[in-house]
This record gives sequence, structure tokens and C-alpha cells, in this order.
Amino acid sequence: MADVSLARVTVDRDRALRLLQNYGVYGGVMVLLVFNFAFTAHFASAENFRTQAVQVAPVLIVALGMALAIGTEGVDLSVGSVMALSTSLLSLYLGYGPWIATLIAVVGGILVGAANGALIAFVGVQPIVATLALMVGARGLALVLLPQLKDVRNPGMAALGSGDVLGIPYLVLIAAALALLVAFVVKRSTFGRRLLAIGDSRPAARLAGLPVRRVLIVVYVCSGALAAVAGVLATARLTASDPTSLGTLMELSAITAVVVGGTPLSGGRVRIGGTVAGAVLIQLLTTTLIKHDLPPSWTQIAQAVVIVGAVYAARERGKR
Amino acid sequence: MTTDTGEATMGTEAALATTADDLPPGTTGSERLSALAQQHGALVTLVIAMIIASLTFDTFLTGDNLENMALSSAFLAVVALGMTFVIVTGGIDLSVGSLFALGGVLAAWGSQYGTAVALLLPLAVCGLVGLVNGLLIARSGLAPFIVTLAAMLAARGVLLALTDEGSRTYLVDKGSFFVELGQGSLLGIGVPVWITVALFALGALVLRRTRFGQYVYAVGGNQDAAALMGAPVTRTKVAVYTLSGLCAGLAGALNAAWLASGVTILGTGMELEAISAVVIGGTLLTGGFGFISGSLVGVALLKVIQNVINQIGSLDSAYQQVVSGAFLALVIVAQTWLGRRQRVL
Repeated sequence: MADVSLARVTVDRDRALRLLQNYGVYGGVMVLLVFNFAFTAHFASAENFRTQAVQVAPVLIVALGMALAIGTEGVDLSVGSVMALSTSLLSLYLGYGPWIATLIAVVGGILVGAANGALIAFVGVQPIVATLALMVGARGLALVLLPQLKDVRNPGMAALGSGDVLGIPYLVLIAAALALLVAFVVKRSTFGRRLLAIGDSRPAARLAGLPVRRVLIVVYVCSGALAAVAGVLATARLTASDPTSLGTLMELSAITAVVVGGTPLSGGRVRIGGTVAGAVLIQLLTTTLIKHDLPPSWTQIAQAVVIVGAVYAARERGKR
Repeated sequence: MTTDTGEATMGTEAALATTADDLPPGTTGSERLSALAQQHGALVTLVIAMIIASLTFDTFLTGDNLENMALSSAFLAVVALGMTFVIVTGGIDLSVGSLFALGGVLAAWGSQYGTAVALLLPLAVCGLVGLVNGLLIARSGLAPFIVTLAAMLAARGVLLALTDEGSRTYLVDKGSFFVELGQGSLLGIGVPVWITVALFALGALVLRRTRFGQYVYAVGGNQDAAALMGAPVTRTKVAVYTLSGLCAGLAGALNAAWLASGVTILGTGMELEAISAVVIGGTLLTGGFGFISGSLVGVALLKVIQNVINQIGSLDSAYQQVVSGAFLALVIVAQTWLGRRQRVL
């Protein structure tokens, strides 16, 4: 009798934790929205929502790539540096027009991603270490190419950064389109299936005859390309290239968004909807603290608590 | 991430042979050679780099330059010392850069109440952060990189809160004994260098010759096997993260004494430098294999590269990051390759 009730309590606790992990992020977003509607002045305005959405777009795009890497039981720490490299390349080649410059910036991201992927898939280095090396190297390369902040004066880039369609900024549209694309790839494509299989168990995936190495390389190439796109968009919004500070701690924000969104660090599962909500949650949290005149130091501490809380909630599943 | 099955097997074998001298009998020459390369590769590279540097630049092998390099290496070396213990257990500590800065600010603030407070306050706070890291990692089973990443953010937040969002710099009284710890010298060599050397000797002794040190290797080699053998896995892990926090706090305090102020912007990217130094020194990130002296060589090698790039002058200091990154990648590839050769054993 006692055993039965004990088992039920455990099951309920497991289910509660799973619910918290899967839907906690949406609950968190709702709570913050309600709080802000009730207590924050000037929160419920179209202008404010526009600002929030524009600010969240680059983080979200980076988080999409990060979600793929984490889905394979990896991680990509080089994303912030790839953003910096992308902004450097963009402002160097802007003379050839915004399209060519964007293309070159994205190619830069792809190359960094390919280097990450090659180290991980062919040499067998742990993802955290391989991407750490590229994180140091790519930031340095960005600074070598463009030693200091440079204004970006180009009508095309300005339009990208501040233009809109039917009141929705281009940045937000691009981020939404990329989120849909990545969600489709994960849910509906062979590549997505293979990615999740590899994240679940790499030896099993290899034995099943999946092209493990190729998939891993493509995952890190995607992550690099997405980070480079985020770098281009951030540059367009700021109308300046700043390789020193652009993208610092971006890997942390992206990992937070992914983990808070319910994607386990142990791989085999990717939740794009949760990732989007996770990025929004971090953004709302920062805004709430700033709008209530709490200093940035508090924002950092709060973000740290949210990360640990999210990982803690996810740990039961991770153990399996 | 930290428990890759393929890597774990390698870790077990490495735990059996923590240095080249301990290799089992019947080891062939080429296996012995790759083990030696893994252990002493960094030292050989350091010697070659120093010979080339001293032949190329007249100013390299001067007393002043060497003393400057030793002093500026000392603080990173102390951080790398704690990091070595963490990495040998198969973990990672990304919070050390923030703790280094926090330790410096706390020491500078505390120095108004005397040298004891200036030293003990940063040790207590940074040790506490390390303890919390260790508890979350060892007891709750959270991934080390995410816990310490959060701690890095939180420690930087506490630092900003203490210094009016980074706009306030606490100064250390120039005449105090605390400043002597950073700026003083003994037999012509700076006090921080002496402290670093003493700590490394102590660290090497602890890791190689004590029961705790053996537990550290065992946990890094194969955590489950270590637990079955009766090693206190949880306690060992908590201890190494606490140790890493203490080292970072102490390094920050010494640095504050050297600069005579608690500079708030220090320490960003220091975790990467420390990890690079440890890895370059031959310690495996997969855990179970590593040695303290290697980390000292790793730090020295990084500083020599930095010094050479500064001496070239025409090169931007950003090249240093490119070189460090490329070098780190090269070392990791070499290690993985050498590790594979040993695995055939």
C-alpha cells in the first residue's frame, strides 16, 4: 500500500517536472507579460512591442543554430565570435554592395562552422573544446580585419535595419521565417530525423548506417551561417560594425534560450517553439528589470538564476 | 557532453597511466613516444619558442622582460592551477574570469580594514561561489559548463552591483602591507611569482601524492568505477570546484595588490586563457589525465607568444587571439591523435 502511494507520488512529480520543462517557458512568458501589463508604464504600446521584437531577433536566430547543435548532444560556443567576424567582413566588403557583403559575411560563418564540424566529426574533439578554440580564433580574426568600431553608412543596410512591411520590421520577419524553416527541417526532413537520432545515441546512429559525420558538419555549418546572419542583422540595426563587443556573451544567451525552451542538453530532442519562447522570455526579463530601474547587474544575476533553474528542472529527463 | 562513452574508455586507461613513467609493461617504443610527446610536448615547444624569440629579438632575453613576463604570468598561473584540478575530474570551470575580477574588487575594498580582510574576503566569497558550483554539479548532476557559465554571469553581476555598475574603482593604500604582496620582491623576484611557485609545488604534491589527488584522477577517469571503488565522488567534485574558486579569488586579490586597485574590467576571457594553458600543458579535457607542471608550462608558452607578438610591434595584439586559437586547435588535434594511439594499447 505504502509502496503504491510512493510510486504514484514519484510519477506525479516526474510528470510535473516534465510539464514544467515542456511548457514552463510559455508560463514564464505569460507571467512576465501579465506583470508588465499591470505594473509597467508604457508597456502596452505597439512601439514597445516593435522594439522588443527587433531586439530579440538576433538572439533568436543564433539560438536556432544553437538548438540544432544541442540536439546532437553538442554545443557551439563560437557563435558570438562568428557574429563579430560577420560584422567585420560585412563592413570590409560593403563597397561591393550590401548583397555581396552579406554573402561574404555568411560564407565566413559557414567556414568557421565547417572548421568546428570538421574538428568534431573527423578529429573527434569534444564540441565544447573545438568551438572554444574557434571562439578565441574567430574573435581575434574579426579584430585583425577591423580593429575598431566603424560606422556603416549604406542605404541598403539602413533599410534592412529599420525598414518594415505592414508595420512588422524586416528583422522580425527574417527571424520568424528562419524559425519556421528550422522547425520544418527538424520536424519534417530526413536531415532533422538523422540529427535527432545522432543526438540520442551516436553509436546507434552509426550502426544504423546514418552519415553521422556529414550530418554533424552540416549542423555546425548551419549554426555558423545563422550566427553570421544574426551578425549582419545586428550590424544593420546598430548601423555600425563593432567587432570588439558585438556578440559577447551571445553564446550564453543562446544556450539559455534553448535550454529554458525545454531542449535537453543531453541531445536527441529539439524544441524550436520553446526556443523562440525562451529567447522572448530572456528579453522580457531583461526589459522588466530595466524598466523598473534595476541596474544591469541585477539583470545578469537574474539571468544566471533562470539558467540554473531551467537546467535543474530539465535534469530528471537528462538522467533517464 | 562530459560523458561520451568513447572518451570515457580512453580516460580509464589514462587514469591507469597518469604519466609516461607509469605505463604498463610491454609498452612499445612508439606508444611510449606518443605518451612522452603528450607529456613534454609543451615544454619542448616552450624551449624552442624561447630560443627563437631570443635569437630574433635582443630585448627578449633581458632581465626586465623576463621579470615582466613572470609577473604577468603569475596571476593566470594561479587560476590555471585550480582549473587543472577541475579539468582532471573531467569538468570545466568557466566562472574563473569573473571570480578573478570579483576577487580583485573585494580585496581592494577590504584592504581598508587591513591585509587579513583583503586576503580572506575574496577567498571566502570566491570559495563560496566555487562551493555552490560544486554542489550543483556534483549533487544535482547539472552539466559543469552551464553551471559555471551561470556563475560567471552572476559573479560579474555581483561585481557590478558592488561598484556602482562598474563606475567605481576601489584603491588600495599604497603604503599597506597588502600592496607589498603584489609589488614587493624577494631576491629580485616579485612576491606573486614566489607565491605562484609555492602554490604549484603544493598543488603538484597534492595531486600526485595524496589520497585526494588519487580520487581526483579516479573521478576523471571513470566516475562510476570510482564510486564503486569507494571513492567519495561527490565530495571530490565539490572540493575541486571550491579549490578553483579559491584560486581565482586569490589570483584576483594578488592582482589587485599588484595594481593597487580593484579594476572592474579585468578577467573577461581569462577562463579561456586558463583552459588553453591547461590543455596546452597536456591535461586531457576528457579527464583522468593531467599534471600540474604542464599547466605552468602552458601559461608560460601563452605569455611567450603574447610577448613575441607585442615585440613584433607592427602586428596588432588581436593576432595574439588568432594565434592562441589556432595553437589551441592544433594542440587538441594532436592530443586526440596521440590519445588514439595510446588507446590501441
